Parts: sequence; structure tokens; C-alpha cells
Amino acid sequence: MTAIEARPATSTKTMPGAPRRRRVHPAIVIVVGAVLVVALTYVLPPFRNYQLATVGAYFCVTAGLTVLTGLNGQLSLGHGALMATGAYTLALSQNKWENLPLSFALAVLVTTAVGAVIGLAAARLRGPYLAGLTLAVAIVVPSVTSTFDETFNSDQGLSVMLNPPPEQYPMEQWQAWLCWAAALIVVLLLALLVRGRFGRDLRAVRDDETAAKLAGINIARTQVLAFVVSAACAGVAGALFAYLAQSVSPGAFPLTLSLFLLMAIVIGGLGSLFGALWGALLLVVLPTLSQSVGEHAGSQRLEGNLALIVFGVVLVVVMLAAPGGLASIPSRISRLIRRNR
Amino acid sequence: MSEFIYLTFDGLSRGLVYAAFALALVLIWRAARIVNFAQGAMAVAAVYVAYSVTNATGSYWLGFVVALLAGLVLGVTVERVVMRFVDHSSPLNGVVVALGLVLIIQGTLGIIYGNEYLPVETPFSRDAFEVGGVAMLSRYDLFVIAAVGTVVVLLTLLFTRTAVGLRMRAAAFAPDVSRLLGVSVGGMLTLGWALAAGVGSLAGMLVVPTELGVHPTAMDVVFISAFAAAVVGGLDSPIGAVVGGLVVGLLLSYVSGYIDVTVAPMAVLALLVVVLLGRPGGLFSSSKARVA
Amino acid sequence: MSGALLQVEGLTAGYGAAPVLHDVDLAVQPGEIVAVLGANGAGKTTLLRTLSGLVRSSQGRVLLDGEDLAGTKVEHLVRRGIAHVPEGRGVVTELTVDENLRLGGLWRRDRADAKKALDEVYELFPPLAQRRTFAGHQLSGGERQMLALGRALVARPRLLLLDEPSLGLAPKVTRHIMTLLRDLRERTGLAVLLVEQNVRSALSIADEGVVLSLGRVVVRNKAEVLRDDADLRHAYLGF
Repeated sequence: MTAIEARPATSTKTMPGAPRRRRVHPAIVIVVGAVLVVALTYVLPPFRNYQLATVGAYFCVTAGLTVLTGLNGQLSLGHGALMATGAYTLALSQNKWENLPLSFALAVLVTTAVGAVIGLAAARLRGPYLAGLTLAVAIVVPSVTSTFDETFNSDQGLSVMLNPPPEQYPMEQWQAWLCWAAALIVVLLLALLVRGRFGRDLRAVRDDETAAKLAGINIARTQVLAFVVSAACAGVAGALFAYLAQSVSPGAFPLTLSLFLLMAIVIGGLGSLFGALWGALLLVVLPTLSQSVGEHAGSQRLEGNLALIVFGVVLVVVMLAAPGGLASIPSRISRLIRRNR
Repeated sequence: MSEFIYLTFDGLSRGLVYAAFALALVLIWRAARIVNFAQGAMAVAAVYVAYSVTNATGSYWLGFVVALLAGLVLGVTVERVVMRFVDHSSPLNGVVVALGLVLIIQGTLGIIYGNEYLPVETPFSRDAFEVGGVAMLSRYDLFVIAAVGTVVVLLTLLFTRTAVGLRMRAAAFAPDVSRLLGVSVGGMLTLGWALAAGVGSLAGMLVVPTELGVHPTAMDVVFISAFAAAVVGGLDSPIGAVVGGLVVGLLLSYVSGYIDVTVAPMAVLALLVVVLLGRPGGLFSSSKARVA
Repeated sequence: MSGALLQVEGLTAGYGAAPVLHDVDLAVQPGEIVAVLGANGAGKTTLLRTLSGLVRSSQGRVLLDGEDLAGTKVEHLVRRGIAHVPEGRGVVTELTVDENLRLGGLWRRDRADAKKALDEVYELFPPLAQRRTFAGHQLSGGERQMLALGRALVARPRLLLLDEPSLGLAPKVTRHIMTLLRDLRERTGLAVLLVEQNVRSALSIADEGVVLSLGRVVVRNKAEVLRDDADLRHAYLGF
């Protein structure tokens, strides 16, 4: 599974002459993943399939964010808002033309364009300034739905017109397939992208801008591109969310969504696409767990809020204990083993 | 014209609250080079404490005082328990940890108080006095002006006239040298966080009653406005924070009055973009780039 | 060696895994000026930073009045009578001259004497008295050195750790500062551990010299012996 690991801990430190780890081509991993997912959908009950679909949708955005924050060092708190952009675009297009492929394409296109605008600004900002600007985007964008309430219908949001899936497949299974098809394509493209020169440029800019500039890398271009790529991923995820929920509303894209995404990639190890998968999984599993704890305790307040606390604690603890994130722990262990040989 | 006058006064009154909140951000930025993204959530927590105390005792003022104290305590706790242990080699780490605190605080408040807006009373009437038929300021506005004015004066005196203020400034500018001179740099840092959180709580107490009421996310938009104010002023400058706060307050007031309330958040975002990209150093800072 | 003000035994310290200082021994008696000499990178600054706790030692002891300083916080050293004037002078450039000087005496309980010490420093350095309200960054190099030194004296220390006071200063200013140190020692019994690259001027006022090379003490002897030993000067001190 190391093939889609965007930043194997050893790769940057490999001496010229030292034996390289064998790498499996990403496409092979993706095919294996696809087979696994399809097999799973036949085993899982409908509700679990729906959750599986949600994991796929989250995987799109966490993978994109991993490239941006983990590989390029730009912190974005605006990806929840970008997802909202994708979701609303899908809803509006779908309600007008009822053509799902077209709506998806439009959603990605519009989100990418918005991402390019933010990315252009972001490329000139660093650290807390970038975080503050994207935080503003995350908080302000939902309020747009109230300003233009004739188009977006304020807090109520829009419902999404969808054709039912082919009759022989249950709804949830179909959803899981669609989401994972999208997720695996997104991740494959990202993996291929970060393997090559672009990936090297991203990391070079993250590690040392001055050195990267001296090496002839166009810093601003690299940063904007990273933002555009990850925005496109957020667009896919947002569109999938609209498709899954069959509705969109500002309440589905609060600031906490952006913070959850951040937590997911921090836990995923800030830089590994495989870690992004763990993050996506946690985004579905943790709220479900805390909801069942809340139900068990008979407290509605607990249901929604326990997840927040758990996410927050995990975020703080991981940052204080292991800045590389949990996914860095396997590579740390393997490094230890190698050293002791 | 009369509307303009009213909106101007309203904007200045609001602006002072943003100024106080921006001041809190600047205090921590100067002391620790961290933008405290948890400031809003911490302030909301203090407002909830006031809500409980006021409901239990019936006294607004007791709640007010306890809220400020709660802010101080929360600031000390956050610095001592969490922020002190953050690895500051990358500025992202502090930001991410602060955001984690936002989740923890908002989740905790949601469990204790629920996720609906709870009404908060004001100690004074918010009906504006009329002078010659033109609405000007309300008693509450006067209270806001007095409260923020007091804080600004006290902070100025603290930093320019007292030994503790001198220590705090020295510790922020030159930590190693300050330690050699007998200054407890860690202690000054804790004090800075306490003061900032106290000022933040005051801002929360002043702004929450003028909006929908108290809610775990009630300060999110206020935080953005205050962040914009601090950025306008240049993050390093307390005077800049006050001026920036007034600028943001006026902008929001005019936009809400002449266009629509729902446009106000977008106006803040626009201001933030314009200032960040157009005038990277802020109005009161000499630094050239936004490299933290 | 009993009765030493400062006694350093087997001190080993550094920043990463590789130590900069190896097994350093030295002593400073009350009222004595000890010069620490050596080329760039010999570990002189690291020695001072380790003595005041800014760098952690991995081995060895630092005794003040025979009492181990391990566990004493950096910010408490000044209370024990040690004042450290760091390399590059450590003037807080954002603060004014007066604020810098007051900072040096803030820890003192005896406010009246702290005020008196402040006035004495202004008497000692008339240029500073004329620039009380100037910010640190407005001062010349010599004025900054006076300020850093004066700020240390406000604490009325028994031992001064002085790092490269002549760095970047005109010879005349350097001479002035050296004379001043000698006078202070005579008047107040101040002991000085003086780190210098300017060997000639350091040895002109020192009682004893310690030569560091690559983090080890290679020579410890009376200053006048070092002054006169041509071989030694050639080997380690380059003049």
C-alpha cells in the first residue's frame, strides 16, 4: 500500500546509491481498492453502504487537502466552503437540467474556479494570515445563501432532483459505487500527480521557499496550482454530498466541517494519501460512535457535541504528541527497526 | 443625513467592541507570535458563565465580573496546559492546536447549554437618545464606550507605566535577554494570555447581547471581524487594533444600514482580502510581507 | 581553590548530540578578572551561555559560592549575583535607554537602592544620560555596549559574565570599557569572566587567562605570563 503514500518518510532522505523501496504502481492499488469496495457493498447492509459512500466522498476532499496542507504547507480552513460551492452548483444545475454527469462537471468546474481565486490570494499569504483568510471564507460563504435567498433559499436550502438508480441495484449500493468511483479516480490522479515533478515542487516549496526559488521553481504558480487541484477535489466531494443527501443547506457546511477536515488530515499524517483515507474513515466513524454513546445516555445534546470534543481532543493531542500525525508512526517504527538491525 | 449619523454612532460603538477583541488578539500575538483562533470560543465560554451566574443570582453585574474572571482563568489554563507545549517551529502548529480548542470548547458548551440561542439581557436600554429628532447613542452604547475606553486606558497604563508592563514587553521582544535580567518569561506569557482572554471575554459580554443571543458559535463572525480589525491595524500594534476595530465597525454599520445585514460578513471578507493583498503591513506596521 | 566565587568542574555541554565544550575547568575568585580567550568557534560564547543556564550541560558542575547551580532557573541567577551581558550586547532595541536600564533592576526588592544604582550608571556613562528616551535601535554600537554593561551593573552583581564587549567597537571605546572594568573591580570588588577575541585588551586588565581551543581548556595561567609567552600567543591566540 506504499504506492499511494505521497510522502514516504524515507524517500526524501534516500541517499543517491542506497537501495530504493520497491513501489507498486498506484493504478494497481486503485484496482485492488475498487474490487474491495465492490465486494464490501454486497456484504454490508444498506445503512453501512451509505456510510461507506460517505467515507468515499470525504476521501476526495481529505486527499485533496492532504496535497495542499501536507505536501505544500498551505493551511486551508475554507475547504468546507468549497464543498458547499460544489454542492450548491450540483443542486442548481440538477434542478435545471436533470443531467447528473453535466452537473458533476459543472460542480467541479465552478469550485475549481472559486479555488483559483482563493488560491491566488493564498499564494501571497503565510501562516496565520492564510488561516485567517480561509477561516473568513468558511464563515462568510454560508451567509451568501441568505443574501441571495431567491437563488439559494436561505437556511432551508435546496432539494436535489435525482433519477433513481437502475432497478436491480439498491439505492445505497449504487451510491457507494458512485462515490468510490469518484474517490478512486481522484486519488489515482492525485497520486500520479504528486509522484512526478509537481510533487517534488510542492514539497520543495513547503520545506524551503528560498531554496525552491533558487532551484528555479515558480513558487506562486506551484502554490496556486496546489490550491486549484485541492479545490477541484473539494468540489467533487461537495457534489457527492449533495447527491448523497439529495439536498443542500448552509447548515451542512458549517465551520466545524472545515475543522473536521483539518483534523482528518492531521491524523492522517499531513502528507500521505493513504493517511487521508484513515482521516475520511474517522470522519464517519467517530460521529457515529459518539452518536450511539449519546443515544445510549439518552442525551440529544451529547449526540452532536461529543464528536466535536473528541475531534478537538484528538487534534490537540496529536499535534502535541506527534506533529507528523498518526500515519507517521508506522514509518517511525519501521525506521527504528531498521536502525536496530 | 440622520440615518448616516445614526449609523456612524452605531458603527463606532460596534467598532469599539471589535477593537477590544482585536486588542486581545494583538496582546497574544505580541507575546507569543500566535494568532489565537480559539479567542472567540473562549469568549463565548465566559459569556455562558455570566449567563449561568446571572440566571442564578439575578444580578447582571455579578455575572459580568465572574465572566471577566472566568476569561482570565481560561486564558491561564489554555496557556499553561496546552499552548506552552506547542512546537513553534512551524506557525501552522499553533493555529491547528487553537482550532482543536475551538472544537473542544464549542462541543463542551453545546453539551452543557444546548445548541440554541439563549437570550442575554443588557444592563442598559438599547434605545437611542434622540437629539433634534436624530437618533444618536443609546445608554448601552455609552456603557460600551466606557467599558472599552477603561480597558484601553488601563492596558496603556499597564504597559507604559508599570514594572510588570515593562517586563511583559521585554519578555516579548527579547526572551533570552529578559531571562538573564531576572524576568520570568514564562510567567509573563501566562499573564499575557490571561489579560488577552479577559479582554476577549469583555468583548464577548458587550457584543453578544446586541445580536441573537449566546450560542456556542456566537462569536465566529465577531472573531473574523476582529481578525480583520487586527490585520488592518497590523497585528503588532495596539493602537492599530483600536483604529482597525473602528474601521470594521463603521464598515459593517454602513453596509448593514444602506445595503443589507446579510451582506455584512461578505464586506468583512472583502476588507480582509483588500488589506491582506493591498497593504500587507497593515496601516500601523513597518513589516513588508505577511510572512509570520 | 576553596573560597572561589565561581567554580566550574568538568563542564561538558553543547546544542545537539555533539558537545561544544569538553570537560572545562575554571575558577573565578572574588574580585578577580578572568579572561576566556580563543579563536572563533572555540566555545567561548557557549561557555557563558552554559554558565547561565541558557545551554544545558550534559556533565560537570557549576558552583557559585560552593553551591551547585544545577536546578537554578536562568531568571534567578541575577538574584544570586550573576549578571550576563550576552554577545551582540542584548539591548532590547524596542525599549528606550531608560526602560532597558530599569529592566536590569526590576527584580530587586530594595527599590531605593535600585534607583541609586540606576543613577550611578547614568553618572558612569554620561552619553546614556543624554539619551534616556532614545529607543535602543537609535544608539551607536558603543552606546549599546555601555547600555548593556550599565544594565548589568544596575543589578549590583558580584560576578559579571561579559561576552565580547569589544566586538565591532572602535579601539578607543574598547579601551574605555576595559579601563572601566578595572576601576569597577577596584571600587566594588566586582569579579568578571571576560570572553574576548581581542586578546591584547583582555589580557591588559585580566588577572588570569583561560585559553579555549575546540571546546577544551588548553592553557590556564596568570595573565602576565600569557602576555609574555610568545609561543603560546602564536599557537592559540594569533598575535
